[in-house]
Order: sequence, then structure tokens, then C-alpha cells
Amino acid sequence: MESTELLACRDVSLGYEGQPLIEHLNLSVQVGDYLCVVGENGSGKSTLIKCLLGLMPPLKGEIVRVPELRRGAIGYLPQQTRAQKDFPATAYEVVLSGYLNANGLRFFYSPAQKSAALMNMGKLGILELRDKCYRQLSGGQQQRVLLARALCAAGRLLILDEPVTGLDPAAALDLYKTLSYLNTKEGMAVVMVTHDLGSALKSARTVLHIDHRAWFYGTAEEYLRSPAGCRFREAQA
Amino acid sequence: MILTQMLSYPFMQRALLAGVLVSLCAALLGVPLVLKRYSMIGDGLSHVSFGALAIAVALGFTPLYFSIPVVIVSAFFLLRIAENSRINSDAAIAVMSASALAVGIVVISLTTGMTTDVDNYMFGSVLAMSSSDVVLSAGLSAAVLVLFVLFYHKLFAITFDESFSRATGLRVDLYNTLLSVLTALTIVLGMRMMGAMLISSLIIFPALTAMRLFRSFRAVVLCAGVSSVLCFCVGLTASFLLSTPVGASVVIVNLTVFLLSCLLGLIRTR
Repeated sequence: MESTELLACRDVSLGYEGQPLIEHLNLSVQVGDYLCVVGENGSGKSTLIKCLLGLMPPLKGEIVRVPELRRGAIGYLPQQTRAQKDFPATAYEVVLSGYLNANGLRFFYSPAQKSAALMNMGKLGILELRDKCYRQLSGGQQQRVLLARALCAAGRLLILDEPVTGLDPAAALDLYKTLSYLNTKEGMAVVMVTHDLGSALKSARTVLHIDHRAWFYGTAEEYLRSPAGCRFREAQA
Repeated sequence: MILTQMLSYPFMQRALLAGVLVSLCAALLGVPLVLKRYSMIGDGLSHVSFGALAIAVALGFTPLYFSIPVVIVSAFFLLRIAENSRINSDAAIAVMSASALAVGIVVISLTTGMTTDVDNYMFGSVLAMSSSDVVLSAGLSAAVLVLFVLFYHKLFAITFDESFSRATGLRVDLYNTLLSVLTALTIVLGMRMMGAMLISSLIIFPALTAMRLFRSFRAVVLCAGVSSVLCFCVGLTASFLLSTPVGASVVIVNLTVFLLSCLLGLIRTR
């Protein structure tokens, strides 16, 4: 494995009960990469994320992850669940829970973790929300809280599953800006599943398009020249 | 005066001690259970423990020693049912509760007959706690409390977001199982006094009350614990003064406090 590689799929097939959704997938996520995963509903995007997180084994092939990721140092931002919408917890409590993976057998948070959690909240501009209740925050603010939690858990990689779903356009734009900032200034690698191709392509460096067993993987420019990308450009025009 | 008179009876002392411990445990566990939409599990477990109790009495076993393993095993099953999205989980749990209840009633009517026993199991009795029961209750409640405090942050994480916790390497299934086993223990311990029909309210009411009033998870957990213990003490005193069954009295007090907290919540948001 190259020293800058965080995550790689080598000839991977993914799917359920022996039925592959994606076959012979090869991709590699390097330090500081920004990868967008696009495709129709049911094409296997969420399955891919599950495999990258190590929650599910691939049908065939090998997913290589650096040791820190195997220990759970992945900043994961899952889709929101219904139960979270009325959850009584402060933003700070939620953010702090990002450190549990680092705690192992210890039961409580260290002072260093507490101050680092506040720093991550400051970085995302939500420090003043620390004692606010999660359920009273706006959609965009909730996503920032979850992103701050992901930063606490993350070493060098963020994985986001449709982060802008349900956000209004301004909040979505804000979130993309924040992700670009984390990617360029903090060197955080980003893997993002999204439907919002137009905005995502502005900052993404590489694109994985999944479409019924066939897939395209390449840089954003290559993608726009590919057949799938052409269809997308026509749809935009 | 009333209090000293009440506490001069050994059975009231036992009821107070065991009841306070069980209501504290039930309230603490109730917060994650209600938030995870697992309230039905508590209800299902109480019906199963009714069935187990009936069988234990019919076979001449010590009730607690027989019901505890049975209810823990069913806690595993109920959790699997609740987590399985393919089957209609709330229907499955309802069917299981009703079946356990039916088995219990049939067993009782075949052996001792439908005497006051059934009444006591269904709706609880303040006389139910023997002193060995109290010792066992105190020990197990202490274990539940210690485990809850030690795993507090992990229980918070799995309650708030299972997929994130799983992705960061937390053993979600282990903690879910821990939660349901602790709940099973609490229900078995509290059932004799509170009654099979009423024990699950001890889990659900304090959490609902606290969620109306507080915004942080920690405050909700603490408030649930405090309100549950207070409601139990008030309910026990009321049942002593008015000669009403203790389980129902405690539930009525809990209901009153819940309604008050709804009102308070409404006033505050105005």
C-alpha cells in the first residue's frame, strides 16, 4: 500500500445474498482526496459506504484500509434518523460522543477530549450552540453538529452519506463550503454520496458514478467528458 | 406521624427500599428505551415475566430464581424482533405479550385456581416482597446502577445514532443486549409489587416527564430518576393512607406528574 493511501478497493464486488450490485470495482482514496459518489437510487451507493466503513464484507475482492481506519477513526456522517429529530441532547453532548471510539475500555471523556470537542465546534462555527438542544436546531445546524462529531472521530477521512438531503439551498451551499475548507486547509480526505451533482462537482476532485453494475471512476473533468457526464451536462443545459 | 407509623411495619420498610431501587433503575433505563422506540419491549417483558411467575409458582420454584433467566432469554428475543425490520415488530411483540399472559393465566387456573394470586400478580401487592427478595433486589439494582453509570456515554451514543456508533467500532449489539438484560432484571424485580400490567409504566412515564422539561440528555436522565423515586414514595404513602393497591397508586402519581410537566412545557414554550 502506498504511504498516502487511506482506503482502496481492489477488484471488489458488492451486493446482497450473492447478488452483485457493483462488480470489479477499483478505487483508491489518498490523503486529501475529495471523492463524490453519484448514481441512481438503489444502485449500491449506500452498500459501498457500508463496505468502506467495514460494516459489511464485500462479496469478492479486497477493501484495504490503513490501521487507523480499522480502529474506527472514520468521521462518518450518516443519514439522519427519525428518532434523532426529537432527541433531548445538547449539541455538545452529541459532538463529544465522537470520541468514544478512541476511548476503548475507558468509561469517561478526558479533559483533552472535552476541549478538542469545543475546538471542533468552533471550527464549524457552532460554538455558541453548545448548550442548545439538538432537536431545536435548524437542519443545517444539525448537520454541522454531526459534522463536528465526525471530526472528533476522524483522523484523516470523512465519509458522508447524502449530507445535504433536506437542507435548503443556502444551508447546503454552506455545508459544501465547510467541506471544501476542511479538505483544502485541514487536509481531510472526503468521500461523499450525493444526489446534488451540480454543486458537488465544483469541489470534488474525483467522481465515482455507479449505474447498474457498470461504474465510472475518474477525475471530475474526465467524468464530464464521459457518457454519463455528458448526459448530466445535457440535463443541466 | 403518618410516616413513622407507616414505616413501623416491616413489610412497608421492605416495600419502600425495594421500590425506590427498582423505580430508580426503571427510570434510568427508560430514557434510552423510550428514545430508541423500544417502549414495547418493556411491556412485552412484563407480560412474559407474569407467565414465568405463574409457572414458577405452579412448579414450586422460588419465583425470582425461575423468572430471572426466563425473562432475560426473552429480552434477547424481543430485541431481535424489534431490530428486525422485515417482520412487523410491534405486532410480533404484542402477540408474544398476549401469549405469555394467556399461558400464565391458564397455568394459574389449572393449579391454584383463579384466586387472589392472579390479582396480586397482575396488579401487584405491597406484601409481595419477602426479606430475601429485598436483598436480591438491592443487589441487582446496585448492579444495574453501576453498569448504567459506567456505560452511560456508550448508551448515549448508541441511543442517539446506531450507524455512527457502529462505524466508529462501538459494539452496538453488545450494548443493546446489555440494555435489554438490565431492563429484564428491573422488570422482574419490580413486577411483584407493581404488577405485571403496571410495571412498564415505571419505565416509560419518568422518561416522558423528563423529556418535556429538559433539553440535555444528562438532565433528562437525572430528572427521570428523581421524579420516579419521588413518585414512588408519594404513591406508596397514598396507597397506605387510602388502602389502594400500590402499583396503581404509583402509576396515578406518575400520570399526574407527567400531565403537570406537559403543562409546564407548554407554558414555557409560549
